[in-house]
Amino acid sequence: MDSGPVIRVEGLKAAYEGKVVFQGVSFEVRRGEVFVVLGGSGCGKSTLLKHLIGLYAPAAGRIQIEGEDLVAAEGEGRRRILRRLGVMYQSGALFGSLDLLENVMLPMEECTDLPREARLLIARMKLKLVGLEGFERYRPSEISGGMQKRAAIARAMALDPGLLFLDEPSAGLDPVTSAELDQLILRLARSLGITFVLVTHELASIFAIASRSIMLDREAMGVVAEGTPAELRDRSSDPRVRRFFRREANIA
Amino acid sequence: MTVDASGLSYCDGSGLGLLLEIRRRQEARGAAFELRGLAEQFRALLDLFGPAGVGAMPGPRRRGGLVEGAGRAAAGLLADVREMVGFVGTLTFELCRLALRPMSLRWKDAFWAAERAGVNALPIVALIGFLIGLIMAFQAAMPMRKFGAEIYAADLVAISTLRELGPLMTAIVLAGRSGSAFAAEIGTMKVNEEVNALTTMGLSPFRFLVLPRVVATVAMTPLLTVFTNLCGLIGGAVVLVIMGFPLVTYANQVSGAVGMADLLGGLAKAVVFGVLVAGAGCLKGLQTKTGASAVGESTTRAVVAGIVLILVSDGVFSVVYYALGI
Ligand SMILES: Nc1ncnc2c1ncn2[C@@H]1O[C@H](COP(=O)(O)OP(=O)(O)OP(=O)(O)O)[C@@H](O)[C@H]1O
Ligand SMILES: [Mg+2]
Repeated sequence: MDSGPVIRVEGLKAAYEGKVVFQGVSFEVRRGEVFVVLGGSGCGKSTLLKHLIGLYAPAAGRIQIEGEDLVAAEGEGRRRILRRLGVMYQSGALFGSLDLLENVMLPMEECTDLPREARLLIARMKLKLVGLEGFERYRPSEISGGMQKRAAIARAMALDPGLLFLDEPSAGLDPVTSAELDQLILRLARSLGITFVLVTHELASIFAIASRSIMLDREAMGVVAEGTPAELRDRSSDPRVRRFFRREANIA
Repeated sequence: MTVDASGLSYCDGSGLGLLLEIRRRQEARGAAFELRGLAEQFRALLDLFGPAGVGAMPGPRRRGGLVEGAGRAAAGLLADVREMVGFVGTLTFELCRLALRPMSLRWKDAFWAAERAGVNALPIVALIGFLIGLIMAFQAAMPMRKFGAEIYAADLVAISTLRELGPLMTAIVLAGRSGSAFAAEIGTMKVNEEVNALTTMGLSPFRFLVLPRVVATVAMTPLLTVFTNLCGLIGGAVVLVIMGFPLVTYANQVSGAVGMADLLGGLAKAVVFGVLVAGAGCLKGLQTKTGASAVGESTTRAVVAGIVLILVSDGVFSVVYYALGI
């Protein structure tokens, strides 16, 4: 099982109340890679992510996480799969009634039996990792949007999941912090073997961190390209892919 | 028609709109339209809309006819009922499980909810209880005085407060104060994807958000009801003492009129009302769709559903108590 793909998606179709967002999406994510989902605004990247973490049931298709079928799993089995993955939402989704430290400690409180001292230490470590030392006692509403994103990443890493989903982690961050975040992702992927699935628009960070990527398109309602970022940039003949990498506007 | 725009050095949105509209009207009549000398930067903006003008706008969202609307409403109602039944099932199951393992509750959250639903509601509940007792005693004592029976106003106040109005008023205040607050809190968390975040952590929003609130409300409603009852009796006492009866006469009259069964019957109602109010608030919160207006909608629904459920179950209680002879 260990050598197989971490995520396998086959023929995934997503729809909101009958309105199809994409269909026929298939790909595999291998262990330890940084898998990037590209695509223009509104093409369904967040929707894809939410299907991968089991929030929405697919209209068709299969999703396997470490060989286990996410769609069919229920109850305790489903929770066991979910606890192996960490998620950072595009909106942050921190718990507004808790401070940052409590936000990071919450998953540990519920899913581990570590003593309180240990949880506290780990939570402070995670916050320091994303550069939020000194803000432990702030509420999410009292920090900036970029800081919320970083706190959300810290929370996603709380349980040391083997699989991290990040929805636009670097949106709203300054270039320096964004580059630091890229370094952090690379370090985690290389040293701990964490697999990343992330959505991003930053060309610089795509080339810095992505092992492989797929590109979704709104008109095509599906995947239009798959490969390493360099392959997509240099070899793809698809006009949509070329436009994306050359940052050309779509006004002919 | 020919428009010479060579002298145009600045053109804002309304200027462009004017040009587009002239062109559209000319074309609609089959007449010619020529625009000459328009500077390049404005030309580029105009060309965004092509020769066919702005084009047809996607119509407003189709609302469907009366029949479709009625069908959708019926289907929505059915889905709502189904969700409610599911919710009641889950709630019962989780409460039973909680009874077996009380430490699995998040007591800190429960205490927090209890403080806001219970302690903070005390002044308003006390005031309403007092005024109801006062008004009832006064309104009853006036006509009864004609028969020299004003002391029986004490019986009236005692029986109707303990059995009926105490629990009912407390529950309605709770629906307005806490049912709405629960719906708004959980609804906002839903909109902010916090509920989703809980789910993907493998934590159950039900255990996390619903159970502490329900447990807190169920614990608080009977306590608040006791206060409402007490204040109601005090209100009655004030009227009768002013009318010249000694307090001890009033107290004797009250204790002769009602017994433990009346008090406990009322408190049993209060427990059920508490479950209904908290359950309705939490369910409506969890059902919140997206957007800020959805939270407001859920809040309203929570209060309405809470009050309707209270009144319906009160009716059921009346029948059952009558049948049991309580
Ligand atoms: N809750 C929803 N209900 C209905 N339609 C939705 C909902 N969420 C998203 N959509 C639709 O699905 C499509 C994809 O949305 P999604 O949020 O996945 O885009 P995205 O690729 O993440 O865009 P962005 O880069 O701007 O975040 C959009 O066209 C949107 O209208
Ligand atoms: Mg998105």
